[in-house]
Amino acid sequence: MGRLNEYQVIGRHLPTETNEHPKLYRMRIFAPNNTVAKSRFWYFLQKLRKVKKANGEIVSLNIISEKRPEKVKYDSRSGTHNMYKEYREMSRTDAVEALYQDMAARHRSRFRSIHILKVVELEKTADVKRPYIKQILSKGLKFPLPHRIPKGNSKKIFHPHRPSTFA
Amino acid sequence: MAESIDVQSSKWRNVEVGRVVLFVRGKFAGKLAAIVEIIDHKRVLVDGPSKESADQVPRHSAPLSSVSLTAIVLKKLPLAIRRGPLTKVWEKEEVESKWKQTASAKSALRKQTRKNLTDFERFKVVRLRKQARFEVRKAHASIRKSAK
Repeated sequence: MGRLNEYQVIGRHLPTETNEHPKLYRMRIFAPNNTVAKSRFWYFLQKLRKVKKANGEIVSLNIISEKRPEKVKYDSRSGTHNMYKEYREMSRTDAVEALYQDMAARHRSRFRSIHILKVVELEKTADVKRPYIKQILSKGLKFPLPHRIPKGNSKKIFHPHRPSTFA
Repeated sequence: MAESIDVQSSKWRNVEVGRVVLFVRGKFAGKLAAIVEIIDHKRVLVDGPSKESADQVPRHSAPLSSVSLTAIVLKKLPLAIRRGPLTKVWEKEEVESKWKQTASAKSALRKQTRKNLTDFERFKVVRLRKQARFEVRKAHASIRKSAK
Protein backbone atom coordinates (compact mmCIF):
# COMPACT_ATOMS: atom_id res chain seq x y z
CA MET A 1 0.00 0.00 0.00
CA GLY A 2 1.26 3.40 -0.97
CA ARG A 3 1.39 6.58 1.00
CA LEU A 4 -1.92 7.76 2.37
CA ASN A 5 -3.79 11.01 1.91
CA GLU A 6 -6.48 12.47 4.06
CA TYR A 7 -9.70 13.04 2.12
CA GLN A 8 -12.81 14.93 2.90
CA VAL A 9 -15.74 13.09 1.30
CA ILE A 10 -19.24 14.54 1.24
CA GLY A 11 -22.13 12.41 -0.01
CA ARG A 12 -25.88 12.05 0.26
CA HIS A 13 -28.87 9.91 -0.61
CA LEU A 14 -30.31 10.68 -4.07
CA PRO A 15 -33.25 13.11 -3.91
CA THR A 16 -36.60 11.31 -3.90
CA GLU A 17 -40.23 12.45 -4.16
CA THR A 18 -40.69 12.27 -0.41
CA ASN A 19 -37.32 13.81 0.41
CA GLU A 20 -36.15 16.39 -2.07
CA HIS A 21 -33.27 17.66 0.04
CA PRO A 22 -31.52 14.67 1.58
CA LYS A 23 -29.04 15.19 4.39
CA LEU A 24 -25.36 15.58 3.51
CA TYR A 25 -22.83 13.33 5.23
CA ARG A 26 -19.23 14.33 5.62
CA MET A 27 -16.34 12.03 6.48
CA ARG A 28 -12.60 12.36 6.82
CA ILE A 29 -11.03 9.30 5.32
CA PHE A 30 -7.43 8.14 5.09
CA ALA A 31 -6.87 6.37 1.79
CA PRO A 32 -4.15 5.90 -0.84
CA ASN A 33 -6.26 7.48 -3.62
CA ASN A 34 -9.69 8.98 -4.28
CA THR A 35 -11.18 5.72 -5.60
CA VAL A 36 -10.43 3.98 -2.33
CA ALA A 37 -11.59 7.05 -0.41
CA LYS A 38 -15.01 6.94 -2.12
CA SER A 39 -15.24 3.20 -1.59
CA ARG A 40 -14.46 3.55 2.13
CA PHE A 41 -17.01 6.35 2.38
CA TRP A 42 -19.80 4.08 1.10
CA TYR A 43 -18.61 1.23 3.29
CA PHE A 44 -18.79 3.31 6.45
CA LEU A 45 -21.98 5.13 5.49
CA GLN A 46 -23.82 1.84 4.92
CA LYS A 47 -22.92 0.85 8.45
CA LEU A 48 -24.27 4.07 9.91
CA ARG A 49 -27.21 5.15 7.72
CA LYS A 50 -29.60 3.60 5.23
CA VAL A 51 -27.73 4.91 2.19
CA LYS A 52 -25.76 2.90 -0.32
CA LYS A 53 -23.83 3.63 -3.45
CA ALA A 54 -26.71 2.55 -5.73
CA ASN A 55 -29.09 5.10 -4.24
CA GLY A 56 -26.59 7.78 -3.29
CA GLU A 57 -24.14 10.21 -4.77
CA ILE A 58 -20.86 11.80 -3.85
CA VAL A 59 -21.16 15.54 -3.69
CA SER A 60 -17.56 16.50 -3.20
CA LEU A 61 -14.18 14.95 -2.54
CA ASN A 62 -11.02 16.82 -1.74
CA ILE A 63 -7.66 16.25 -0.13
CA ILE A 64 -7.00 17.77 3.27
CA SER A 65 -3.36 18.70 3.40
CA GLU A 66 -1.54 20.02 6.40
CA LYS A 67 0.58 23.11 6.31
CA ARG A 68 3.01 22.75 9.15
CA PRO A 69 5.65 20.07 8.91
CA GLU A 70 6.16 20.34 12.63
CA LYS A 71 6.65 17.84 15.34
CA VAL A 72 3.44 16.41 16.71
CA LYS A 73 2.00 13.60 18.74
CA TYR A 74 -1.09 11.75 17.71
CA ASP A 75 -3.45 9.14 18.86
CA SER A 76 -6.03 7.04 17.08
CA ARG A 77 -8.50 4.26 17.66
CA SER A 78 -9.51 1.18 15.68
CA GLY A 79 -11.11 -2.21 15.24
CA THR A 80 -13.42 -4.92 16.51
CA HIS A 81 -11.32 -4.83 19.59
CA ASN A 82 -11.27 -1.22 20.57
CA MET A 83 -7.79 0.12 20.71
CA TYR A 84 -6.13 3.32 21.61
CA LYS A 85 -2.71 3.97 20.18
CA GLU A 86 -0.29 6.83 20.21
CA TYR A 87 2.22 7.74 17.55
CA ARG A 88 4.79 10.46 17.28
CA GLU A 89 4.83 11.78 13.74
CA MET A 90 5.03 14.97 11.74
CA SER A 91 1.51 14.94 10.30
CA ARG A 92 -1.89 13.27 10.55
CA THR A 93 -1.32 11.13 7.47
CA ASP A 94 2.12 10.09 8.71
CA ALA A 95 0.58 9.05 12.02
CA VAL A 96 -2.13 7.00 10.28
CA GLU A 97 0.46 5.37 8.04
CA ALA A 98 2.47 4.48 11.13
CA LEU A 99 -0.71 3.05 12.66
CA TYR A 100 -1.41 0.74 9.70
CA GLN A 101 2.22 -0.35 9.59
CA ASP A 102 2.30 -0.96 13.34
CA MET A 103 -1.00 -2.88 13.33
CA ALA A 104 0.23 -5.01 10.43
CA ALA A 105 3.44 -5.75 12.29
CA ARG A 106 2.04 -6.47 15.74
CA HIS A 107 -1.32 -8.02 14.89
CA ARG A 108 -1.03 -8.99 11.21
CA SER A 109 -4.11 -6.87 10.60
CA ARG A 110 -4.95 -5.63 7.11
CA PHE A 111 -6.04 -2.24 5.86
CA ARG A 112 -9.59 -3.52 5.36
CA SER A 113 -9.95 -4.70 8.94
CA ILE A 114 -9.02 -1.45 10.63
CA HIS A 115 -11.60 1.24 11.28
CA ILE A 116 -10.12 4.50 12.41
CA LEU A 117 -12.62 6.26 14.61
CA LYS A 118 -10.67 9.31 15.48
CA VAL A 119 -7.29 10.92 14.99
CA VAL A 120 -6.46 13.54 17.57
CA GLU A 121 -3.39 15.59 18.11
CA LEU A 122 -2.18 15.53 21.69
CA GLU A 123 -0.76 18.93 22.46
CA LYS A 124 0.00 18.48 26.12
CA THR A 125 2.58 16.06 27.40
CA ALA A 126 0.31 15.30 30.35
CA ASP A 127 -2.28 13.84 27.95
CA VAL A 128 0.09 11.15 26.71
CA LYS A 129 -0.90 7.76 28.12
CA ARG A 130 1.36 5.18 26.53
CA PRO A 131 4.75 4.48 28.10
CA TYR A 132 6.44 4.01 24.71
CA ILE A 133 5.66 7.64 23.86
CA LYS A 134 6.23 8.89 27.40
CA GLN A 135 9.79 7.63 27.40
CA ILE A 136 10.65 9.76 24.36
CA LEU A 137 9.19 12.83 26.03
CA SER A 138 11.39 12.62 29.10
CA LYS A 139 13.32 15.78 29.74
CA GLY A 140 16.94 16.03 28.59
CA LEU A 141 16.65 12.83 26.56
CA LYS A 142 19.90 11.58 25.10
CA PHE A 143 21.24 8.24 24.00
CA PRO A 144 24.29 6.94 22.13
CA LEU A 145 24.40 4.99 18.89
CA PRO A 146 26.94 2.40 19.97
CA HIS A 147 28.89 0.24 17.55
CA ARG A 148 27.49 1.20 14.22
CA ILE A 149 29.13 -0.17 11.14
CA PRO A 150 29.15 2.59 8.54
CA LYS A 151 27.35 1.44 5.45
CA GLY A 152 28.52 2.34 1.98
CA ASN A 153 32.27 2.06 2.36
CA SER A 154 32.14 -1.62 3.31
CA LYS A 155 31.19 -2.94 -0.08
CA LYS A 156 34.28 -5.09 -0.37
CA ILE A 157 34.02 -8.69 0.81
CA PHE A 158 37.53 -8.67 2.21
CA HIS A 159 39.12 -5.73 3.89
CA PRO A 160 42.51 -5.38 5.59
CA HIS A 161 41.09 -3.58 8.62
CA ARG A 162 38.07 -4.09 10.79
CA PRO A 163 35.66 -1.13 10.66
CA SER A 164 35.94 1.53 13.33
CA THR A 165 32.63 1.55 15.17
CA PHE A 166 33.33 4.51 17.40
CA ALA A 167 31.72 7.67 16.13
CA MET B 1 46.19 -6.40 47.52
CA ALA B 2 42.85 -4.69 47.10
CA GLU B 3 43.86 -2.11 44.60
CA SER B 4 41.16 0.23 43.49
CA ILE B 5 40.27 -0.11 39.88
CA ASP B 6 39.31 2.95 37.97
CA VAL B 7 36.49 1.95 35.63
CA GLN B 8 35.65 4.55 33.06
CA SER B 9 32.61 4.32 30.89
CA SER B 10 33.33 4.85 27.23
CA LYS B 11 32.50 8.26 25.93
CA TRP B 12 29.96 7.77 23.21
CA ARG B 13 28.59 10.73 21.36
CA ASN B 14 24.96 11.08 22.26
CA VAL B 15 21.92 11.75 20.17
CA GLU B 16 20.65 14.87 21.92
CA VAL B 17 19.01 18.17 21.15
CA GLY B 18 21.73 20.51 19.88
CA ARG B 19 24.02 17.80 18.52
CA VAL B 20 25.40 18.68 15.09
CA VAL B 21 25.13 15.79 12.67
CA LEU B 22 26.77 15.12 9.33
CA PHE B 23 24.71 13.50 6.60
CA VAL B 24 26.58 10.52 5.25
CA ARG B 25 23.99 9.27 2.82
CA GLY B 26 21.12 10.50 0.70
CA LYS B 27 20.27 13.83 -0.81
CA PHE B 28 22.06 15.90 1.84
CA ALA B 29 25.25 13.82 2.02
CA GLY B 30 28.18 15.90 3.25
CA LYS B 31 26.02 18.61 4.78
CA LEU B 32 25.71 19.63 8.42
CA ALA B 33 22.54 20.03 10.47
CA ALA B 34 21.60 20.33 14.12
CA ILE B 35 19.22 18.02 15.95
CA VAL B 36 16.24 20.15 16.94
CA GLU B 37 14.07 17.43 18.44
CA ILE B 38 14.23 13.68 18.89
CA ILE B 39 11.19 12.05 17.27
CA ASP B 40 11.91 8.50 18.39
CA HIS B 41 14.85 6.12 18.75
CA LYS B 42 15.38 6.01 14.99
CA ARG B 43 14.45 9.45 13.73
CA VAL B 44 15.29 13.05 14.60
CA LEU B 45 14.04 16.42 13.45
CA VAL B 46 17.01 18.26 11.93
CA ASP B 47 17.61 21.75 10.59
CA GLY B 48 20.74 22.97 8.82
CA PRO B 49 20.76 26.78 8.64
CA SER B 50 24.02 27.32 6.77
CA LYS B 51 24.71 30.73 5.27
CA GLU B 52 25.36 29.32 1.84
CA SER B 53 22.19 28.02 0.28
CA ALA B 54 24.04 25.04 -1.22
CA ASP B 55 24.96 23.80 2.27
CA GLN B 56 21.54 24.27 3.80
CA VAL B 57 19.47 21.36 5.04
CA PRO B 58 15.71 21.99 5.21
CA ARG B 59 13.92 21.21 8.47
CA HIS B 60 12.82 17.60 8.15
CA SER B 61 12.66 14.27 9.91
CA ALA B 62 15.85 12.36 9.18
CA PRO B 63 16.60 8.71 9.99
CA LEU B 64 19.56 8.29 12.31
CA SER B 65 20.94 5.68 9.93
CA SER B 66 21.66 8.40 7.37
CA VAL B 67 23.63 10.65 9.70
CA SER B 68 26.78 10.44 11.76
CA LEU B 69 27.18 12.32 15.02
CA THR B 70 29.91 14.97 15.12
CA ALA B 71 31.73 16.16 18.23
CA ILE B 72 30.09 19.59 17.97
CA VAL B 73 27.15 20.27 20.30
CA LEU B 74 25.16 23.49 20.53
CA LYS B 75 24.89 23.80 24.30
CA LYS B 76 21.50 24.29 25.94
CA LEU B 77 19.56 24.51 22.70
CA PRO B 78 15.84 24.95 23.41
CA LEU B 79 13.60 22.11 22.26
CA ALA B 80 12.14 22.52 18.76
CA ILE B 81 13.94 25.83 18.12
CA ARG B 82 12.82 27.56 14.92
CA ARG B 83 14.94 28.45 11.90
CA GLY B 84 15.61 32.11 12.79
CA PRO B 85 16.94 31.70 16.35
CA LEU B 86 18.79 28.55 15.33
CA THR B 87 20.64 30.48 12.60
CA LYS B 88 21.86 32.95 15.22
CA VAL B 89 23.12 30.18 17.51
CA TRP B 90 24.68 28.41 14.51
CA GLU B 91 26.66 31.52 13.56
CA LYS B 92 27.58 32.40 17.14
CA GLU B 93 28.96 28.93 17.79
CA GLU B 94 30.82 29.03 14.43
CA VAL B 95 29.74 25.50 13.66
CA GLU B 96 31.05 25.46 10.13
CA SER B 97 34.52 26.83 10.92
CA LYS B 98 34.76 24.38 13.86
CA TRP B 99 33.79 21.54 11.53
CA LYS B 100 36.38 22.56 8.92
CA GLN B 101 39.14 22.16 11.51
CA THR B 102 38.26 18.55 12.35
CA ALA B 103 40.34 15.73 10.94
CA SER B 104 37.42 14.08 9.16
CA ALA B 105 36.46 17.33 7.41
CA LYS B 106 40.04 17.82 6.31
CA SER B 107 40.36 14.31 4.96
CA ALA B 108 37.04 14.65 3.15
CA LEU B 109 38.26 17.87 1.56
CA ARG B 110 41.56 16.23 0.57
CA LYS B 111 39.70 13.29 -0.90
CA GLN B 112 37.55 15.65 -2.92
CA THR B 113 40.48 17.68 -4.28
CA ARG B 114 42.43 14.52 -5.08
CA LYS B 115 39.41 13.20 -6.95
CA ASN B 116 39.23 16.27 -9.16
CA LEU B 117 42.93 16.31 -10.14
CA THR B 118 43.96 15.90 -13.76
CA ASP B 119 46.37 13.20 -14.85
CA PHE B 120 49.31 15.62 -14.91
CA GLU B 121 48.42 16.94 -11.46
CA ARG B 122 48.28 13.40 -10.09
CA PHE B 123 51.77 12.87 -11.59
CA LYS B 124 52.99 16.00 -9.80
CA VAL B 125 51.56 14.66 -6.51
CA VAL B 126 53.53 11.44 -6.98
CA ARG B 127 56.76 13.37 -7.65
CA LEU B 128 56.28 15.66 -4.64
CA ARG B 129 55.49 12.75 -2.33
CA LYS B 130 58.62 10.96 -3.53
CA GLN B 131 60.73 14.07 -2.85
CA ALA B 132 59.28 14.42 0.64
CA ARG B 133 59.87 10.73 1.38
CA PHE B 134 63.47 11.03 0.15
CA GLU B 135 64.16 13.91 2.53
CA VAL B 136 62.63 12.08 5.47
CA ARG B 137 64.65 8.94 4.78
CA LYS B 138 67.85 10.95 4.39
CA ALA B 139 67.29 12.49 7.81
CA HIS B 140 66.54 9.08 9.33
CA ALA B 141 69.70 7.58 7.82
CA SER B 142 71.89 10.32 9.21
CA ILE B 143 70.36 9.90 12.67
CA ARG B 144 70.87 6.15 12.54
CA LYS B 145 74.48 6.67 11.49
CA SER B 146 75.21 9.08 14.34
CA ALA B 147 73.54 6.76 16.86
CA LYS B 148 76.00 3.91 16.14
